[in-house]
Amino acid sequence: MKLRRYLLGKLAWYLGALIAALILNFILPRLVPGNPVDAIVSNLARGGGAQGEQLKNIQTHYVHQFGLDQSMLSQFWTYLKNLAHGNLGTSFAQYPASVRGMVDQALPWTIALQLPAILIGWIVGNILGAIAAFKAGWFDRGAFLSSLFLSSMPYYCLAILLLYLLAVAYPVLPTSGGYAFGTSPELSISFISSALSHYWLPFLSLVLVFIGGQAVGMRSMAIYELGSDYVNFGRGLGLPDKRIVRYVFRNAMLPQVTGLALSVGTLVGGALVTELVFSYPGIGSLLFNGISQNDYPVIQGITLIITIAVLGANFIVDVINGFIDPRIRSAEAGER
Amino acid sequence: MRSARFSGRFYIAAAIFLAIAILAVFGPMIFNGHHPGQQVGGLYDGPSSSAWLGTDNLGHDVFANLMAGARTSLEIGFVAGAGATLIGVVVGLAAGYQGGLVDNILTGFTNVMLAIPSIVVLILVSDSLPTRGTMTLALVIAATSWPWTARAVRAQTTSVKTREHIDVARLSGARTVSIVAWDVLPYLLSYVAMAFVLQISGAILAEAGLSLLGLGVSDGVSLGIMLHWSLAWESVRVGAWWAFVPPTVLLTLIAFSLLMLQSSLDEVFNPRLRRGKLRRTVAFVVGPGATSAPEATVAAHEELASER
Repeated sequence: MKLRRYLLGKLAWYLGALIAALILNFILPRLVPGNPVDAIVSNLARGGGAQGEQLKNIQTHYVHQFGLDQSMLSQFWTYLKNLAHGNLGTSFAQYPASVRGMVDQALPWTIALQLPAILIGWIVGNILGAIAAFKAGWFDRGAFLSSLFLSSMPYYCLAILLLYLLAVAYPVLPTSGGYAFGTSPELSISFISSALSHYWLPFLSLVLVFIGGQAVGMRSMAIYELGSDYVNFGRGLGLPDKRIVRYVFRNAMLPQVTGLALSVGTLVGGALVTELVFSYPGIGSLLFNGISQNDYPVIQGITLIITIAVLGANFIVDVINGFIDPRIRSAEAGER
Repeated sequence: MRSARFSGRFYIAAAIFLAIAILAVFGPMIFNGHHPGQQVGGLYDGPSSSAWLGTDNLGHDVFANLMAGARTSLEIGFVAGAGATLIGVVVGLAAGYQGGLVDNILTGFTNVMLAIPSIVVLILVSDSLPTRGTMTLALVIAATSWPWTARAVRAQTTSVKTREHIDVARLSGARTVSIVAWDVLPYLLSYVAMAFVLQISGAILAEAGLSLLGLGVSDGVSLGIMLHWSLAWESVRVGAWWAFVPPTVLLTLIAFSLLMLQSSLDEVFNPRLRRGKLRRTVAFVVGPGATSAPEATVAAHEELASER
């Protein structure tokens, strides 16, 4: 019963956040002084790519698509209806291309880059942090200082330095892109090996920073736990170190699960720029191109996807927390 | 009152940060060389006696840009950090002390703001701005980064609120504002100081990230903008290290020193995190040999603590 109330409460919170995000996503680009459609169409005209009749067609298409001639409320309704059908609109910059199609092409690259980085970084970082806290001495000193340094380093700074060191100064890995220039995405050995060799640099630059962050968090949690009464009591009873480590690890783990959700959010933001550094064909590069071309539908579509991903990750972690930590359940159910 | 004992780590971090700040503020006066926007050479000229760190893609002096960029980044960091901390403290205090409906509304708002990734709001807002001045961008960053401070301040306020001296203050007829300012806030100051340090670092990095995406300040140069242009003009792939290494290193140093500053402040304020000292106290009370911690480990930690 308690669990159900807790889950329903959380669900309501996240739905509220999603609605707030949708409103922000809808309203902010519309606050731009001047009609974005006019700006885009005049851009097209200046470029000389399209003329007269064609321009008018494009303009009416956009105005109709966004319902710019309607009231804000019905515009929002149209926006929601389009979203429900998975329609993210049409790109301004690459005119007839749908944003959905562009996102569909970019998203697998981003997920393939981030998901392994998150999971491996989380596991390795937590183990490293726990060992550092328990072993102390030179291992702790080295692991802590390097973790602190790595975790404080912005993702893109490490990315730039790695790119220079491993691809330019000592060219062992390719400099840019998701695969070699001549190949195209397909299920062949040459493509996969090329994609893998392009994968290492962006992956390393993400996972190293992430390991550092997790290790620092885990270490301080574990040190906190090591000083607690149950550890002293266990030591007094003469329990073997292994068992004490297990108790400490389980207790220190809880906040780390929450940390996982939070870091998914920061990793998404950090990885956007990482992709830029390596010209990796994912969401980050798409967003960058969208921004440089004032392609509002693309920007809006991507911010929406990021929001949904982060909200979803947070919700899943809250659910997991509810299952593994009875204290959270009872506290939340009692409070609200 | 016993003065706080800062670790060596604190002084190292403070020294790094101060050195960068001095370079940013007084650098242009001391090394009176080129202006940030002045053309002194061609595309990616290497370091020379006239331009110590070479030139960037537009032929501007990288060293002059670096000092101006660090200044912009630090300005944004301080303004946004102060703004975010201020909003966070006010919202947290109001929610935590007032309770009831005010608490529900403010906490709800904070949680929603926390759940929406701030990078998304930053991208949307800065993309909607017609021009992005340094101060505007700082305020936008402040407006998106206060929620976690508010949440933590609220949690601590609710616990301080139940202490007895608050009842005494209330019974003696003190007004709410005065209780919050003089009887609650002082207990949170150590936390607020740490949050401020983290907010500065977060704001500087947020600005750099936005600049890299092409949404940086439009009225000057910042560390992020330097990186943006050096990436856009392929300085990394042509090996022009002087264009991208200085801003990268400076950003890393700023972030690292602020994080070290925060964590050494944390050790001063939270004695439980000081492992070496804690163990020694235990050993002293119980008697030597009673704890399982080998003396060597304790000594190593003491040394580490003083070394940092």
